[in-house]
Amino acid sequence: MTVTQLVFLLTGGVTLGAALMVVLSPRLVHAALWLILSLAGTAVLFVLLEAGFLAVVQVAIYIDAIAILIIIVIMLTRRVMIRGETQITRNWWLGALSALILFGGLLILLDMVPIIAIDTPPPIADADQLLEDLGRSLVDVDRFILPFEVASIMLLAALIGSIMIAWPLTTRAEGEGDQ
Amino acid sequence: MIPLSWYLVLAAGIFCVGLYGALARRNALAILMGIELMLNGVNLNLVAFWRYLTPNFITGQVFVLIVLAVAASEAAVGLALIISIYRRRSTVVAEEINMLKW
Repeated sequence: MTVTQLVFLLTGGVTLGAALMVVLSPRLVHAALWLILSLAGTAVLFVLLEAGFLAVVQVAIYIDAIAILIIIVIMLTRRVMIRGETQITRNWWLGALSALILFGGLLILLDMVPIIAIDTPPPIADADQLLEDLGRSLVDVDRFILPFEVASIMLLAALIGSIMIAWPLTTRAEGEGDQ
Repeated sequence: MIPLSWYLVLAAGIFCVGLYGALARRNALAILMGIELMLNGVNLNLVAFWRYLTPNFITGQVFVLIVLAVAASEAAVGLALIISIYRRRSTVVAEEINMLKW
């Protein structure tokens, strides 16, 4: 067992444990904090996989933006959680069963794929070159400019859409509010 | 070195935990967190395959970036929906949001 393997096992264990705590923790704020730990563990795994740029993006987008957004919304809707009722549905065991079946099926499938036997990654020729290539490929007409532009338009649509949806109730068209 | 299978098993585990969270939690916010976990597991899978199979082609990382953009916009729209529903019905419990259900 090498040092890298030890680091992987530690990080992977923390990531998986934090993910479990996200779905099991009864307090929603705690769940969000565990989610941050799990996302940070994934960032460390990205570093282990020599994808440093993605690790930075993971921290900047997931931990900075998404997790903070989730925590803010948890605080905005706080009154609901304090009632102290159960946090899982009546049919939670169906969810657990399907997750277990999916996990078992994935394990069986993985066992049948020959690629799985690779245990040393091939060397990367030039990491800096690769990062530059990533930047160029996103705006290269022959490569990924179409997904890139589609993603930009989708982000813009999501921006406008969330502003529209979350607009204060009083200034909206009247008549559709109930209760 | 670390075998590829370790990454794949870990990613599958994170995905399934997220799936359980998305299916079994009552709170819409917790469901969103489960979905984020699932996307996270997929990202880990993509990066692992990129590193072990085609490390000199950047396609795998581009996929991950697109998935990140999708996750960000999904979180923004989902949270805006939750805030809007909370304003109207004072609840974020998924099973009480049944206006469209007969």
